[in-house]
Parts: sequence; C-alpha cells; structure tokens
Amino acid sequence: MTMFVDVGALDDIPRQGARVVRTREGCVAVFRTADDRVFALQDRCPHKGGPLSEGLVHGTSVTCPLHNWVFDMTSGQAQGADEGLVRTYPVRIQNGRIQVSADLIARSTAA
Amino acid sequence: MSVPFPATGTPAARNRSSLHLPRKRRLVVIGAGMASGRLLEHLTDAAHDAFQITLFNAEPRGNYDRLMLSPVLSGEKIFADIVTHDDAWYAARGIDCRFGQPVVRIDRANRIVHSAQSSVEYDTLVIATGSAPFILSVPGRDLPGVVTYRDLEDTNAMIAAGIAGKDAVVIGGGLLGLEAAAGMAARGANVTVIHLMGHLMERQLDPAAGYLLQRDLERRGIKVHCKGATKAILGRDRVEAVLLEDGTVHSADLVCMAIGIRPETRLATDAHLEVERGIVVDDAMRTSDPHVFALGECVEHRGQLFGLVAPLYEQASVLARSLLGEPAVFAPVQTATRLKVTGCNLFSAGDFAEAEGREDIVFRDPGRGIYKRAVLQDDRLVGVVMYGDTADGAWFHGLIRDRADITAMRDTLILGPAFQQGAPVDPIAAVAALPPAAEICGCNGVCKGTIVDAVQAGATTLDAVRRVTKASSSCGTCTGLVEQVMKATLGDRFAAAAPAGMCRCTDHSHEDVRRLIRSVGLKSIPAVMQELGWRSVGGCHSCRPALNYYLLAEWPLEYRDDRQSRFVNERNHANIQKDGTYSVVPRMWGGVTTPQELRAIADAADRYGVPMVKVTGGQRIDLLGVRKEDLPHMWADLNRAGLVSGHAYSKGLRTVKTCVGKQFCRFGTQDSTGLGIRLEKLLWGSWTPHKVKLGISGCPRNCAEATCKDIGVICVESGFVISVAGAAGMEVKETEHLASTPSEDEAVELVTAFVQLYREHARYLDRPYKWVAKVGLDWVKSQVVDDIAARRALVARFELSQSVYRKDPWAELSTPAETPNWAPMADLTLEAAE
Ligand code: SRM
Ligand SMILES: Cc1cc2nc3c(=O)[nH]c(=O)nc-3n(C[C@H](O)[C@H](O)[C@H](O)COP(=O)(O)OP(=O)(O)OC[C@H]3O[C@@H](n4cnc5c(N)ncnc54)[C@H](O)[C@@H]3O)c2cc1C
Ligand code: SF4
Ligand code: FES
Repeated sequence: MTMFVDVGALDDIPRQGARVVRTREGCVAVFRTADDRVFALQDRCPHKGGPLSEGLVHGTSVTCPLHNWVFDMTSGQAQGADEGLVRTYPVRIQNGRIQVSADLIARSTAA
Repeated sequence: MSVPFPATGTPAARNRSSLHLPRKRRLVVIGAGMASGRLLEHLTDAAHDAFQITLFNAEPRGNYDRLMLSPVLSGEKIFADIVTHDDAWYAARGIDCRFGQPVVRIDRANRIVHSAQSSVEYDTLVIATGSAPFILSVPGRDLPGVVTYRDLEDTNAMIAAGIAGKDAVVIGGGLLGLEAAAGMAARGANVTVIHLMGHLMERQLDPAAGYLLQRDLERRGIKVHCKGATKAILGRDRVEAVLLEDGTVHSADLVCMAIGIRPETRLATDAHLEVERGIVVDDAMRTSDPHVFALGECVEHRGQLFGLVAPLYEQASVLARSLLGEPAVFAPVQTATRLKVTGCNLFSAGDFAEAEGREDIVFRDPGRGIYKRAVLQDDRLVGVVMYGDTADGAWFHGLIRDRADITAMRDTLILGPAFQQGAPVDPIAAVAALPPAAEICGCNGVCKGTIVDAVQAGATTLDAVRRVTKASSSCGTCTGLVEQVMKATLGDRFAAAAPAGMCRCTDHSHEDVRRLIRSVGLKSIPAVMQELGWRSVGGCHSCRPALNYYLLAEWPLEYRDDRQSRFVNERNHANIQKDGTYSVVPRMWGGVTTPQELRAIADAADRYGVPMVKVTGGQRIDLLGVRKEDLPHMWADLNRAGLVSGHAYSKGLRTVKTCVGKQFCRFGTQDSTGLGIRLEKLLWGSWTPHKVKLGISGCPRNCAEATCKDIGVICVESGFVISVAGAAGMEVKETEHLASTPSEDEAVELVTAFVQLYREHARYLDRPYKWVAKVGLDWVKSQVVDDIAARRALVARFELSQSVYRKDPWAELSTPAETPNWAPMADLTLEAAE
C-alpha cells in the first residue's frame, strides 16, 4: 500500500505548470494540467538532464525546455521518435492538497 | 531460453558457465556507422536482452546519417539534425559505447578486441569499419588544408573554407565530390571541380546528362575542369594551389579529394581473415572465421563491393537474423543513384553502356533542360538515365528490377507512367498507378505498399510515415514521392493534412490563424482552439507560444499574457542554462553605464555567488549561473540601483548597440548614442514575433555594426539613413535601405512604425529579414515611408500596446507575494533529517 505525504496546496501550482519538490533522490516535478490533474515525475530529462518542471505542459504531456523532447506524463515515456523514460511517482489530491508517495521520504532516510 | 550460439569458447566463458549462470552473449561491434547502426536497431528490437553489446568507434561520437553531411555542409541542416542514435539511445539499450577508441587489433585465438585504451572479450564479433577515402599519391598530398569527405571533421573543415569566401578545389567529379563542391559553393567559397574523365559522374551518367549537370553547376558559380589529371598539390606550409598535368594551376586554400573509397580492411587483414578487395563474407555475412561477421562498405560479397546505403541496410537485416539464429540470405538488389544537390535533379539506374543488341530511346526538352534515356535489350529495360525531371525514376527503376516486358508500351515508354493509360494525367494518378511493390525509398528499401499500409493504419502525416516505415528518413530525396503516395491514398484528406498547418494540432496556417483571430474576434487561447477546431486538447509547445503572441499583439488591452504558454526563458525572464541555472542580463541603455550600476552588478555577483560575469556581444553584462530561487532577490537588488530587465531572453527588443558618436568621436556627425538610448527607451518591453536588435552608428565607419541588424541607423552630415532586415546569426545579410531623413524625430517615427508593422504581420519566429523577404520591401515602404497616415496609425497602435508592456517584468515578479513561487514547493530532504 502506498503511503502519502503532503507537499502543498493544488493552487500552489499554476494550471499547465509545475513546481518542484526537493527529495534526497533529486528533485521531483509536480505538474498540474489544465483540468486539474496532477502528475509527479523525476525533474530530469533523460536526454541531457533538462528540468522538466520548466517545460510547457499541454494535455497530459510536457515538452522539455532544453531541446523539446515530449513526454507523456501518465507513463513517463518519451513521445514520437525520441526514446527515453522518466521515472514517475504516485501522487494524489485530497481536499485541495497535493500528496506524493511517502516512499520519497522513506528512501531518503534509508540513504 | 537458449541462445543460438552457446558461449562455450574462451577460457573466461568456460569458467563462468561452470557457475551455471545464464550469461548474455558478448557481442563486440567495431565501427558505429550506418550499417552497424541499423544492425543494432534490428538486434535490440528483436531480442532486447540476448546480447551484451560493446561498440567501438574511431570517430568520437555515435552513429549519424552520413548521407546528410551534404545538407550540413551546404547549411540546410545542422549536425544535431542528423544524429540518428544519441547517448540516450545507446544507454536505453545498455550498449557499452567506446567512442573515440579505434580498435587496433583483433586477437582471434583468444577472442579479444584491443583498442589503445581497452580490451574486450567477445563471443561474436562484427566488423563494420566502412571505408576510407582514396588519396592520390601526388606530391603535396599531406599538406595542411588537404581534406577528404567522409566525416564531420572533414565537413567542418570545408564549412570553414566557405565561410571565409576562399578558393576551394575538389578533385573528383563523382557523387561525393559534387556534393562537396555544391556545399562549399553554397557557403560562399569559389569552387573548382577537377575531374579526370570526359564528363561528370561518368559511372552514373552518360555524356548528355553529364553536360546538363555541368551546365547547372556552372550556373551556380562552380567551375568544372574535365579531363584534368592532378600532378601535384603546391604549397609551402599549407596548400596554395593544384597543378595539373596539362600545366594549369588552380589556386586553392582548401583541397578536397573525393576520388573514391576503398574498403577499410586493415584489421581483418592483420587478423588473417580472408580479404580480397573487401572482407570476404558469405550469404549470411559471415567471414572466414565462424565467430566473426562483417557488414557495410568494408565487405566483399560474391566479388561485389558496396558504396550506397540501400544494400547495407539489407545486409544489416540479414546479419541480425543470422545472429539470432534464423536463416537469412543476402541477395543484393539494383540500387539507383540520385545526387543531393538542390536544383540538380538526376537519376540513374541499371546499365547504360552502349553494347551489341541494345537500343536507346531518348527524350529531350532543351527549353526546360530535360534529358531522359532508356536503354532496352530484348524488350526489357536495362538502364535509365534522367536529368532535369526525375519524377518517374521509381517507376523506371521498378521496370528494370522486375525485368518487365515493355513491348506493349514501347512507343510511349520514355514519357513515363502517366502516358501509359493513353492521355497524360496528373502526377498523383501516375503514382496511384504504381504497383504495391514499386520501390519508393531507395535508401531504406521501402515500397509503395508499405507506405500505403502505414497510411491506412493511421500514419497520415509525413512525420508519422517516416517514423513507421523509415521511408524518406535517410537521404530525403524521395520525400515528394512519399507525399504523393500519401495523397494518392488519402485523397482530399491529404490535401487537408498538407504541412501548411501551424503544427500538428491544426491545418490552419499561421497567416490564417492571425486573420481569423482578428475577423472572428477571438480573444483567448481556448477560444482560438475551440472556434478553429484544434485537434489536440491543449495545443502543443509549438502553437501555444505563437497563439499567445498573436493574441497579445492583436488585443493589447483586453488579452492577458498567458505565462504558461511561454517558453521557459520568457516565463522566467532569464535564460535557462544547460544545468538548469539561469543567466541575468540587466539593460544598459545604448551600451552606456555608470560606476554606480557597475557596483550594483558587482555586488549582486558577489552576493549570489555568480560563477561567471561576462561582457556580451550586445554591449552589456551577463551574470551566468544563477539559481532559480535567487532570481527574484537578485532582481530586487538590481532594481534598487535602477537596473531593469535587459530582455536577453525574449522575442522582443534586445539590445540597441551604439557608438560614441558626435559627443566624443572626431568623425561623429550626430548624437548616435543619444538616439540609441532614445529608441531603446521607446521600444523596450514590447513583444515581437522574434527578437529585434538595433545598431546606431555615428558615421559611415559604422562602429555599431548597424548594417547587419534588424534595424540599423547610420548618421550622416545630412541626417539619418535607416535600413532594415539585416541578419548576422545563422545567416548573414546586409540591411536594405528603408528611408533617409534629416530629422531625428522622423527617424524615430519610421523605426517605430517598422517595428509595429512587423509585430502585426510577421509569422511567429520569423526575424524581420525573413518576413521582409516574404512581403517585399516595397510593400513595407508603402506602409511605413510613403503613406504618412498609415505610418502615424502604426505608431499610435504601438504606443497603445506599450502602455501595457513598457514596464519592468523583474519589478513585477520580485514582490514578496511572488518570490516564494520561485523556490521548491516542499523540501522532503529536511523532513527526512528530522
Ligand atoms: C549572451 C550572448 C553571447 C555573449 O556572451 O556575448 C548570447 C547568448 C545567447 N544567444 Fe545570441 N547571444 C548574444 C549575442 C548574439 C548576437 C550578436 C549581437 O546581438 O550583436 C547574435 C547575432 C545577431 C542576431 O541576433 O542574429 C546572436 C545570435 C543568436 C541566434 C541566431 C539568431 C538568428 O536568427 O540567426 C540565437 C538563436 C535564436 O535566437 O533562435 C541566439 C541565442 C542565444 C541564446 C539565447 C541561446 C539560448 O536559447 O539559450 C544564448 C543565451 C545564453 C545565456 O544563457 O545567456 N543568438 N546572439 C549575447 C547576448 C547579447 C545581449 O547582450 O543580449
Ligand atoms: C558525404 C557523403 C554522402 C553520401 N551520400 C550518399 C547517398 O546520397 N546515398 C547513399 O546511398 N549513400 C551515400 N553515401 C555513402 C554512405 O554514407 C555509406 O555507404 C555508408 O555510410 C557506409 O556505412 P558503413 O556502416 O559501412 O560505414 P560508415 O558509415 O563509414 O561507418 C564506419 C565506422 O567505422 C569506424 N571505424 C573505422 N575503423 C575503425 C576501427 N579500427 N575501430 C573503430 N571504429 C572504426 C569509422 O570511424 C566509422 O564511424 C554518402 C557518403 C558520404 C561520406
Ligand atoms: S553562439 Fe550563442 S547560442 Fe551558440 S553557444 Fe555561444 S552563446 Fe550559446
Ligand atoms: S535535455 Fe530534455 S530534451 Fe534535451
């Protein structure tokens, strides 16, 4: 069973935007879509490490700000001709608050 | 699961297998070129995990589309566009890459491959070392400045020659030599081609077609010297000229030798594999050692060598199957040749030498420079040469390959497929008439049927077809044909899917969208997407920034800028760096600063630990490597000293470069510095379709480089000379004269009106020089210079927009309410520490 930990309010993230959560595993980008769904992905593009949190969000995709690779946020999979996978993390909204998998703390403590 | 060749060979392997650990087969590949690239694709697609692969390459990089070096040379593409396998691709497949490590020895007895840096054991070895350019053994061949044409280094050396406008000599008038010549000429070099034979590309063309080709090349300024035998390359410290046997001397700053290639077989010879002209392989691509395979230009198969990619791709697919233990046989097919030089359309296939029992059919249209020749033998087509109009190449090639009996269409054969049903029809009908087996993409061996299937399965854009079938993804000369097949398959739906649309989300062009925004009164991005039938839900990274710009340019007072539709730099008002930090460039009006401003910049650099402070090419200072969360604080500090955003990140006004002008310079005619500052203060903050830079010089010595800016002003005794549409980035172009005026006020008005006209009409991401080339300078003058009322209206509309945008975004974003948004929303590393 996944345990969750609160990281902030949904409204802390602009629609079609993202904010970063710092973890011991590196930064995790939490995205909010135009229709208020959230996704949590590792904030590192598999191409050359671009911060995906700064990418343009469209539908459930995000375009990396450095060289325009496009990732499907539901799977972390690169789209089109590019190949690469970004790690995704469980995330949910409860009463307007965003919660990410508590593993992100647990792993850090273990480290 | 068992693998076809169990690893029992080397001592190391035996030790390991005694532990009963299933071990992947160790595959070592020498050479990361086009043939092995395709092999690795097949292997990793088919059996992701069967092999532990080590890949050596002499070049310090992985595989790229070598064919496309020619468009890189001519400037139509950049290297990044032609990389086919990047680091991520290899990493995702667990391939151990040793690039920049040429293999120096193969130890077959112990099955080890050695480079200078490392040694790797193999169970199976693949040699794919390609070929090496042939070098003439004439005196001077080792002089600096003599290059061949094989890889990126060669290409870059030739690009440099072209940029400097130097003399270049290409020895060899074959496919490679002519692509090298055309590429350097496109970059501005004075090129001479020296060819030993009587006409160009004699192996692919007959004399008539060779003549037409030579004429077309000469028209673009390339000199051609046929029957020229090189005697020596002259020069003291580097190359200076080429001397021919007939005594002619061609001066040369660079010499490119493109006289042919020979298979790169040295490793195989040293390892005592069977080598003739190439490394001898059997039908399964196996060499004389059962553990060693070879493919690509380094091999010889049944006495034949290879120099074009199509058969190599076929070898790759055969070898992949061999390695996976499936039976496969390599049987080379006829390959056709095309030249990738824009404006020279030639096609040749088969055999067209004159011989007993052969008959020619020739068609010429001197007016249009068209020549076609079909060579027949026993009612079959055996060869075809075409120049000028090559649209039917694939059809003829198919007839040769299929050994079709052409008796019935003999009279009209040369006119192509469109004439075979009687009346001439349009090209689409001709393509529609092709049988499914007709080859469309020669490089990748993709036939019409495969493309039709892909289209019917949903690949309705060229991109999608490329992705699914690989057609048109190597040399690209078949792109038009692929589109025609798509059109023939999709009918009107393809016309609708033509690439004119802004992006994949819509079929409307940029121009149409702008027009509709205005006429329908669309005032938000969702409204545009809804009313104009966007196919995607929220647009994409390509249309959203464009729409945001069009809307704010059209409705300055009503529309609110959508930050989330801006690229990162414009969203964060700083330039993102490769490591995710940012650079900060404050405005320095007209390039003038004060000790107090410099102190504030120095203080900010200290306070935020800025790793580099750099003077930019735009007369101001760049603070590079700032962390995102520090940005608002740094801006607030700079604001306090009166410094504002320099918009070094925006599609908007960047810098106004000035010279010192009349105030100090003994030649200055007007106050160029003052005019520059005045213009910068007027124009700053405005958003434009692409960036806009100005230069203002105080006299024609032009120290502010005004004549290569988007807008340049040169001051003269009698006033101000305004010119526009220059470029000095990826293209270099001198500005064109817009107007001259004795009055500084009028100069300011003309510049403002030009900027507003550009804002209202240009397509997003077109710099002024691209836009002016589309609409014509005369039209621009008619709006900005001649029609005074229109000019004033433009200025008024610009001012209206500036009433919203002439302000400092840094001040707005560094308020206490905004600042927290620049930091992470949570920090779980702190929680963990508790
Ligand atoms: C900082 C600077 C180089 C320097 O250290 O001197 C620079 C840096 C960049 N230039 Fe430039 N350009 C700089 C002067 C120029 C100049 C020279 C000039 O302005 O006199 C040119 C040629 C003139 C021109 O504008 O075409 C120039 C032509 C380009 C181009 C090619 C534009 C074109 O249409 O051909 C790009 C790419 C683009 O804009 O799409 C570019 C893009 C870039 C970007 C923004 C690349 C990017 O997207 O990240 C670089 C940002 C680096 C950073 O993080 O700060 N830069 N760039 C210069 C900043 C001037 C300033 O004070 O604002
Ligand atoms: C400018 C240019 C334009 C061309 N245009 C066309 C065209 O339009 N159509 C067409 O069909 N063909 C064209 N070709 C030919 C085509 O590129 C070649 O047929 C193809 O690249 C050969 O593939 P390959 O894998 O055998 O060799 P390569 O692609 O040459 O790869 C061999 C690799 O092996 C490496 N290597 C060599 N020795 C060692 C060693 N000892 N250790 C490690 N690595 C080694 C080399 O560095 C190289 O990277 C063109 C070629 C050039 C140069
Ligand atoms: S030329 Fe400009 S874009 Fe290229 S690396 Fe230098 S700063 Fe970056
Ligand atoms: S780093 Fe993401 S696309 Fe290059």
